[in-house]
Order: sequence, then structure tokens, then C-alpha cells
Amino acid sequence: MTWIGKPKVDWSGQQRNPLGLTIRDYEGVMSTLCAGCGHDSVTAALVQAFWEMAIRPEQVIKLSGIGCSSKTTAYFLGGAHGFNSVHGRMPSIATGALAAHRDLIAVGISGDGDSLSIGMGQFAHAVRRNINLLYLIENNGVYGLTKGQFSASADSGSKSKHGVESRQQAIDAVATAITLGGSFAARSFSGDKKQLVPLIKAGLSHPGCAIIDVISPCVTFNDHEGSTKSYAFTRAHHEAVTEADLVEPAESIEADYDWGDAVNVTVHDGSTIRFRKLEPDYDWSSRAAALQYLEKHRQRGEVVTGLLYRDADQPDFHSIARTARQPLRDMDHDQLCPGSGALESLQQRLR
Amino acid sequence: MTSPEANRVNDFVIKIATVNGTGSASANSLLMKSLFRMGIPVTGKNLFPSNIQGLPTWYEIRANRDGYNARTGRVDVMVAMNAQTYAKDLAEVSPGGYLIYDSTWPRARQLERDDVEVIDIPLAEMVNGQFSKPRVRILMKNIAYVGALCGLMEIDLGVVRGLIEETFSTKPGLIDSNMQAIELGFDHARRHFRCPLPVRAESMDASKGHVLIDGNQAAALGCLYAGATVGAWYPITPSTSLMDAFERLCGEFRRDPETGENRYCIVQAEDELAAAGMVIGAGWAGARAFTPTSGPGISLMSEFLGFAYYTEIPAVFFDIQRVGPSTGMPTRTQQCDLLAAAFASHGDTRHPLLLPADPAECFELSVAAFDLAERLQTPVLVLSDLDIGMNDWMVPELCWDDGYLPDRGKVLDAEALDKLDVFHRFADIDGDGIPWRTLPGSDRKGAYFVRGSGHNRYGGYTEDAEEYQDVVDRLMLKWQTARELVPAAKLCKADHHTDIGILAFGSSHGAVSEALDRLRESGIHADYLRLRAFPFGHEVQRFLDDHKTVFVVEQNRDAQMRSLLMLEADVEGRKLVSILHYNGLPIPSDAVTERIREHVRKEAAA
Repeated sequence: MTWIGKPKVDWSGQQRNPLGLTIRDYEGVMSTLCAGCGHDSVTAALVQAFWEMAIRPEQVIKLSGIGCSSKTTAYFLGGAHGFNSVHGRMPSIATGALAAHRDLIAVGISGDGDSLSIGMGQFAHAVRRNINLLYLIENNGVYGLTKGQFSASADSGSKSKHGVESRQQAIDAVATAITLGGSFAARSFSGDKKQLVPLIKAGLSHPGCAIIDVISPCVTFNDHEGSTKSYAFTRAHHEAVTEADLVEPAESIEADYDWGDAVNVTVHDGSTIRFRKLEPDYDWSSRAAALQYLEKHRQRGEVVTGLLYRDADQPDFHSIARTARQPLRDMDHDQLCPGSGALESLQQRLR
Repeated sequence: MTSPEANRVNDFVIKIATVNGTGSASANSLLMKSLFRMGIPVTGKNLFPSNIQGLPTWYEIRANRDGYNARTGRVDVMVAMNAQTYAKDLAEVSPGGYLIYDSTWPRARQLERDDVEVIDIPLAEMVNGQFSKPRVRILMKNIAYVGALCGLMEIDLGVVRGLIEETFSTKPGLIDSNMQAIELGFDHARRHFRCPLPVRAESMDASKGHVLIDGNQAAALGCLYAGATVGAWYPITPSTSLMDAFERLCGEFRRDPETGENRYCIVQAEDELAAAGMVIGAGWAGARAFTPTSGPGISLMSEFLGFAYYTEIPAVFFDIQRVGPSTGMPTRTQQCDLLAAAFASHGDTRHPLLLPADPAECFELSVAAFDLAERLQTPVLVLSDLDIGMNDWMVPELCWDDGYLPDRGKVLDAEALDKLDVFHRFADIDGDGIPWRTLPGSDRKGAYFVRGSGHNRYGGYTEDAEEYQDVVDRLMLKWQTARELVPAAKLCKADHHTDIGILAFGSSHGAVSEALDRLRESGIHADYLRLRAFPFGHEVQRFLDDHKTVFVVEQNRDAQMRSLLMLEADVEGRKLVSILHYNGLPIPSDAVTERIREHVRKEAAA
């Protein structure tokens, strides 16, 4: 059996969050990915973020498509309902589930193949609709499960394990999301948990579709010299332009970090996202500036990370649809059915 | 063919040939509704092009005192308003019939027929004398032919006026202009022709307790009443009006008048793949969700249909069938998606189908579809077609039982979970092949993982041979359960014992019902079983066993229902005689009558 449960080890020293849950309560089954896979670090960051935010696992839905990345939804939050859909179609499942129950906390895990090739259409429209989803792309530039074909995010000039060079242009998920009118676009690196955990928290608190493109190297098929998605390359070339963190409503903003010239932005649920620009001139509220910055650094061969664009005032899916506050799936039949009298009078028009 | 001595009162077909985009639809519906209000059973078939403006379009109204509603091969009165199709339209009139045309532009004499009476009315000339705006002239010319028909066929002017007054109750100016146009046509007809024609209307009492409604509107009502809250769709002819109607109804009944908040959520998806995904996502999360589509959409949704079958998620799909293959003829009708729908997707998959025969059943079976989908935890497809979906049918008034409660199927809530030691998503606790499910956002103990990959009865991933087979075998047991739950076929027995059976479904029902009467008149008695669902119940097997010859009437080339019967029932192939009609027009009753008659004659001779 390839479905491996993790032994639950309880020891008294485990730290508990305000719900009384330990970090182990946020884990899932054992990963079956290759040892050293970047995706496992992303999983760990997710576990950490959910635990720190003290979200009840049962409030969460975890959704994915097909591919190595999409397997990871099984590896965190065992207490949440999970949904491993078909290839490239995670966003439509998320849209439907959120339409049915607007208060679910939705996390979509996808990959570069799943979102930028077969699922490009659904990726684009989830962003455009601004559904309330943390949409995380574990981006390794390669098709792992089918053994090493280039994906659409493979940089032009990057070499495959067999020495073949990718000659087509790469699709940049962050730039694409910004162009599509996305309200939250960030990039991070699986090897930088310090940056990734706060970004995930910021994404979870964002009222809309939060895209986080995480460079997550494939140790088996794309971690060699000549690859631009390897650990070595990403470590050497990633440039953090902003830092972001989520401050829960309960916490004081003047926590014990040294945030220098941070900017605090209040989120609609009362929490605060704190940004700090590492580059003094960076403007994360401007689409044009973000795109220009991304392009300038791409030309230099640099991978820009951090929260690159955010607009929390953009109306989300449900505010556009004017959906009722009460989740639709919880409504009683008499709230939905007009009854026999209405049917009778409706039919007056049909005579 | 109509013999001169036949009684042609309240038994006729009027066909109106116009150009689309000229506003003839309102004139035609005025005409049809007038007949309906005179108490005469009536149906209208819109034979329209896949186009917005400028192409030929026809509207066929059949009035029949016995309530027959199928097309026939007959045209008693042709209103030929389109010069482009005049020759063809004239050729189509039955001997002894009438052709009305706009003689503002006289037709060539060689186009005349000895056996057809041509009634020339200078409609444009008359209307242009009365109205000055170009657009109004075009619209009123149509209203004027309705007036002429009223004069010629004794259609009650008071009824017509009543309808016009209702339609334009907020715009009194239009009442007068429409009535003027009616009177222009009426007076001209009365002055110049022998009125009434033998083909004429007479008030009767047969439409009482009935309404005129199209299937898409009725299905939308079904969705509203069944408590569907999520609708996702991609626009496609001929299904679009279903979601349009649902949205309109929701705006009326599901919007909070104070806050403007909606108790529904409609998503216009980026394509049919996404529409299917949204409906499945919503069904998984516990809402009643549906998508209306047509053949090309079913092709695109197939991957998700297979997924939802294997992962056991309720969802309702409406397939308003149109002519295939490929884009086919989007505005013409067929019953051509049976096989594609029944086995949609790769691997061993099968889906329950519901087969409404008219708009009343669209209402009834769409409610049933939601109940079945949740009871069986599987996608259910309602197979309507363009003829039912987009044409106005006279059906008994729709009724609603206020005691109805939706069947949400086997769902464990937090309280129920609390009493369990452990929850297994795909375990068959009750022996009916239907497992228990939980809804996301309810309880940690009920958390499970949906996957389209191999899974075992506990919900875990598996590549184990036995564990895999255990689940797909249970799905087959569930299919057997479905057989008991789907709406049963309806049997109509002949007065005499007979070896001949007729099997039909959906929009062929009207043609078959009429054919049965014509056949009986010529001494051929047949039992008739109308299928309403797939999988077939035991009554279908019994019917096949009980008859030597079973005619299977369907509107596709490849005898798809016959194939389904061969696959699913125990029946010898040669017993099943196909009667196929697939040119895109609704099946006419004559076709059924003649082909059965011919077959019986040949058999007798052999």
C-alpha cells in the first residue's frame, strides 16, 4: 500500500496553539515524494502557517490537480477534506466548493504543468474571478511524474538532465497573474521557509485569489548544472524584494521583530499584513511597476521573490455575485423553494 | 393528405416562413396563444437557423382537437413571407391547402399550383400606408398576417385583442398600433376572400388546466423548486435558455429585497470543462448544483463525469441535445447523445440518464435528478432535446407538493460522526452499494480525501489489485440499486392482445402516441412502453420478453437506444426493429405510422 499513515507521537513538551493543537495535528500522511523534494519543504511551511494562525483543520479544504505537487495535499492537514481533482482543473473545483460554502478556507496546490500548461485557462479565470483561494504553485520547471519533460515555466536556455536546451519562452506565473488583474501575486523559494511561511499567512488572509509561485526544485529531474530551477541556481539568484508577514488581530503590531520601515495594511478580518520593502523604490501597489521590476530582473537572470503585487480592495467572487452571507449549502429548503402558490401564479403568464 | 370532405375544423397545420431578426416570433406566438385561449390543443415548432439576422426561418403551429402534438407531413396553410424560400414553401403545401403571401411584390405565375389556393394580400403596402417608421413597418407586417389568418380561419379577435392588451399593458400606444395591424389583415381577408376557409378554428374546451411552456423554462423551474443553489455553465445552443430562465427565476424568488443578496450563485464558466468542475466542486461541498449544456459540452465534460462517477459526487447535467456529430446543426433536434452520455469518460463508467418526454416531465424529472444524484452520489444526466427545450408545448399545469423535502442521501453530520468509532468514505455499510459521505467544513473526524486515482474502501490511495476491484465492484452494485430508484418506464397497453411492442422515449412520444391510433385504425395493435430512464428497470426486460417484435423509435442514425438495450437487457437483436429519424426536424407521426405499417405488411407477406 502506498498510502502511509504517520505514527502519532505525543510528548508533553509539544507547543500548542490557541486551539490547543500541536503542529502534529496539522500534518497529513507520509510524503511519498523523492527525498529532498522542494515540495516537502512547502508542505512543512503550510503546516507551520496553519498552526501559527490557529485555523481549525475542518474549516479548510485542500485542493489539487495532478502531478507531484498535487500529491502534497495529502501530506498536510489530515483533519481537512482533501480533493485531488483532474489535471489542471483544481480551480474549477475550488470555485464550485466556494460557491456552495463561502466560509471554507480553500488552499489549492498546483504545479507548473498543472497550472501553466493544461490548466492555464482555469488558472487565468480563477485569478480573474478573484475566488477566495490561496493558490500555490510548486514550480520546478519540469514534469516529474512522467520523468523529466520541460514544463511551460522552464526558462529559455535552461538545460534538461539529458543536456537538451529549452528554446521556448517561459511563462511567468506571477507576471501572468498580475496581467490578468490578479489581486495578490507573490513568489518564494521552497528553501526559504522564513520567507515562505509569512507569505502563506498573508495569502490565507487575503480576501481573494492569492497566487504564490514557489520555486521548488525537483531533485530527481531538474537539480543539475544548467538548470535554472535547481537549488544551487535559485539560492544564488533569488532576490527578495519585499518581506511580508501577517499579524493576527490579537497580536500587537509592535512584536519583537525588527521590521525597520514596515508598512502595515489592515486586512478585512481585522488582522494586519506588514510589508517591508527591501528595495527602497519598489511599489507593490502598482501593476506596472511590479511588471517592470520583474522584467528588469528576469533579463539579469535574477529570480525576484516576496510579495510583488497586492490589491485588497478588489471585489472578490462573492461580493461581485452578491451571494448571501449564509453559506448556500446550509440553507433550508424553504429558503430556496417558492412553493405551490408561486408556481400557480407564475403559470398565469403561460396561458 | 387531406381529403376535401375531412373535418378540418381545429385540425390543421399553419406554417409561417419568414426571415429571422424581423420580429416574427412575437406575431407567431400571438397566433399560437390565441388558438390556445380558444381552447384548442396546440403546439409550436420553431425551425430556425443558427444565425441572428437575415436567414430563412419557419414556425409551424399544429392545432389538433384530439390533442396530437407531433409534427405531421402536412401543411394546410402556408404563410410565405420570405421571397427567398417561396418556391420551396409553395411546394410544401399539402394538396387542398392554402398559401398566403405578400402580394406587394407579385410572384411569378409559373410558381403556382393547381391544387393549392393562393391568397394574395398586399401586406407591406397596407402596413406602409398606416405606419411610417421602418422598424414598425416590419413588425406590423407580421402582425397583419396574424390579422389575415384571424379573418380567414375565424380566430377570435376578442382573444387576440386580450392577448395584445396583456402584452403591452404598460405601453398602451402599442395596443392600438398592433390592433390596427390586426384589423388591416382581417378586413382585407374578409373583403376579398371567401371566409372562413374550411380549415378553421372553433372555440372548444380542451386547453383548460394546461399551460404553454418550453422544456428549458420548465427544467429551470425544476432546478429552482428542487433547491439548486449553484449553477455553472458555458453558453451553448440549445441549452442557454435554461440558465437564462433559472437566473430570471432566482432574481424573482431568491433575492433578498432589502439587501439585494442572492440565495444562489451562477457562474458563467470559461468553458464546459470548468463548468463541470464547478458543479462537482459544489456538489462535493454539499450544494445542489447543475449545468445545462448540449452535445459538444458533454464531450468536453466527459473527463469530469468519469471523475465524479469514480469519486461518487452528486451533480446534475442537462444535455439539451442538438444535431451532431461535431458542431452539427446547432438549431436542429436529435436524440443523439445517449451513448456519449451513458458512458461518458474513459474506463468503466456509466451514468443514470433521465429522459423527459415534454416540458412537464422536464419539471418533474429535473427535481428527480437532484434527488437521485444525492441519493446515488453520482452525476445524473437529464437528456432533453432542442424540440422539447426550445419549443412551446401545451402541457397540464405544473403542480408542486409543498410537502416535498429534498432527498439529501446518506450524509453524516458532526453529531452522527460523533457516534462512530471511525468513518470510512467508501465502505458499503448498508449493502446497497451506496456509501456514506461527509461534507467539508463540518467535522475533523469526517475528513476524507477525494481522488480520481485508485482508492480503497477507506478512502486511501491504492494500487492494490483487490482493493481496487473491491471499489469498482461495489459501484456496480450501486448501479443495480439505481435500477430500482430511477423513474419507471410507462406502459400503454393495446386494447387487444398483441405481439407487437413499441419502445420510445423523450420527444418521440407525441409521434408514437398518434401513430398508435392510426395503426389501430388499420388493424395493427401495439403495446407501447415509454422509457424514462437508464438504467432500465425490470419492466423493460418484461416488455422485451413479452413481445415478438419491438419497434424502437429514436431520433438518431445509429440506433443508440437499441444499442443500450442490447448491452443492458437480455434480448435477441433481430427482435428489435429500429425506426430512425435523424434529419434534424422533430420526428413526424406519419413516419412512425408508415414504417410500422410497412414492416407489418412485409412480415405478413413473408
